[in-house]
Amino acid sequence: MAALLELNDVSARYGQVAALHGISLTVGEGEVVALLGANGAGKTTTLRAVSGTVRRSGDVILGGKRLTRSGPESVARTGVAHVPEGRGIFTQLTVWENLRMGAYIRRGRTDFKTVLDYFPWLDTRRNQQAGTLSGGEQQMLALARAFLQRPKLLMLDEPSLGLAPLVTREVFRVVTDLNQKEGLAVLVVEQNASIALGAASRAYVLETGSIAVSGTAEELRSNDAIRTAYLGY
Amino acid sequence: MQQFFQTLVAGLAQGSIYGSLALALVLIYKATEVINFAQGEMAMFTTYISWALITHHGMSKWLAFPITLAIAFAFGVALQVVVVRPLARASVLTVVMATIALLVILNGLASWIWSPQLQFYPSLFPTSSWAIGGVHISWQDVGTLGVSIGCVAILGAFFRFTKIGLAMRAGALNPAAARLLGVRTSLLLALGWGFAAALGAVSGMMVAPTVFLTPNMMQAILIYAFAAAVLGGLESPVGAVIGGLALGVMLSMLTAYVGFVTSELQLPVALGVLLVVLLIRPAGIFGRVVVRRV
Repeated sequence: MAALLELNDVSARYGQVAALHGISLTVGEGEVVALLGANGAGKTTTLRAVSGTVRRSGDVILGGKRLTRSGPESVARTGVAHVPEGRGIFTQLTVWENLRMGAYIRRGRTDFKTVLDYFPWLDTRRNQQAGTLSGGEQQMLALARAFLQRPKLLMLDEPSLGLAPLVTREVFRVVTDLNQKEGLAVLVVEQNASIALGAASRAYVLETGSIAVSGTAEELRSNDAIRTAYLGY
Repeated sequence: MQQFFQTLVAGLAQGSIYGSLALALVLIYKATEVINFAQGEMAMFTTYISWALITHHGMSKWLAFPITLAIAFAFGVALQVVVVRPLARASVLTVVMATIALLVILNGLASWIWSPQLQFYPSLFPTSSWAIGGVHISWQDVGTLGVSIGCVAILGAFFRFTKIGLAMRAGALNPAAARLLGVRTSLLLALGWGFAAALGAVSGMMVAPTVFLTPNMMQAILIYAFAAAVLGGLESPVGAVIGGLALGVMLSMLTAYVGFVTSELQLPVALGVLLVVLLIRPAGIFGRVVVRRV
């Protein structure tokens, strides 16, 4: 499989504190990859190193284009949709205005119809203030907005955070749907290893800023030693 | 009753001037949390430019108006890029101090270029008045109200209906999230300063015929605009405009009906009311009280 996203020896730091120590990973075209690990292992920082919201060194390459010197605006325009921790919803804008912001970098008329195929309920809530949506609805809105960016790569940071198990499952169902029907590549950070491994084909387990283990979802799930040591279930 | 309507229209006209300058303050405050103390002097300076275009270069009043707006816009953008952007990582207080420095610089520069003497500024509107049912309404008042509110409405429509306007609002609410969507927030901030400067220029050109042109002409107006913005809640563009109109009407009613309030007392009375409102509603009339869990 051709690599869509490639990280080679990527390091990142917050001031004096190093958060990533030279990690390398790939995400193939149309692939779902999970990034697992404990709190503070560097999962979020890995996504931020891709989107340019943290200072990084090494090579971040998307579709052959080197992004290491690009800021978040240009990374977004290159084709990465990053749904950050906390979802980055504009809570004081309406649902529809949030969606319009997703299409900000697109030229011409926006195809809202396709989005509504995946998220039909958004249509009746379009004039609602986004902050009044439930946590699950906000996560879905963030997904819909990211989809409107028409990205090559979708990056999700802990989509399950604060959601009920049933809602989490629904979120992952939509992510899988977008992957299978639209061919969207996904890099997802999760604490909930079990549900993430259910959706992903491969996974990397991070430990204190380095990759400890990687493999197919199947391998990681069936290896009891890895499960108890890193995934905790 | 006649006097009441005349006073009302005059108050609304004055208030629309305070309102447009207050809106300029709110635009910048919402985007950057900076109060631009130089907003009034920027308006004064661009009003001088329009005056120079009309009296020294023989330009027609109606042509000088849009050209001045364009100059003011470019001036605002340049100011953001040259002065404010390099201070992006500095504290808000540092930026506020820079705007105060700018206030003094522009004031001195205007005195130096155009002399501090009072100048007559030609009004865009006829000096006659319009009588309906015994109520005399001056064209000056109606024109001022119309132009100010018109400019505010155009800006409002821009923010509500255009893609860039929406992105400017989103960028003010959550810059990090906006950048992840590909919004070049620093570019839009400069645009915001441009709009604020143009709006200030409108208030300057509208007020100049009645207060005459001097380098200090906007200083009292800026204080009224602060009062209007705070009344409206500082974060609310609609609140700023309504705050301005309310303040204008209140002041003109007080001078008309309350004997001891002379024009000298207008400013203290306005600020007295401001204090009372803030004591009762600290977030202003249209402000939202933000409750945070700690």
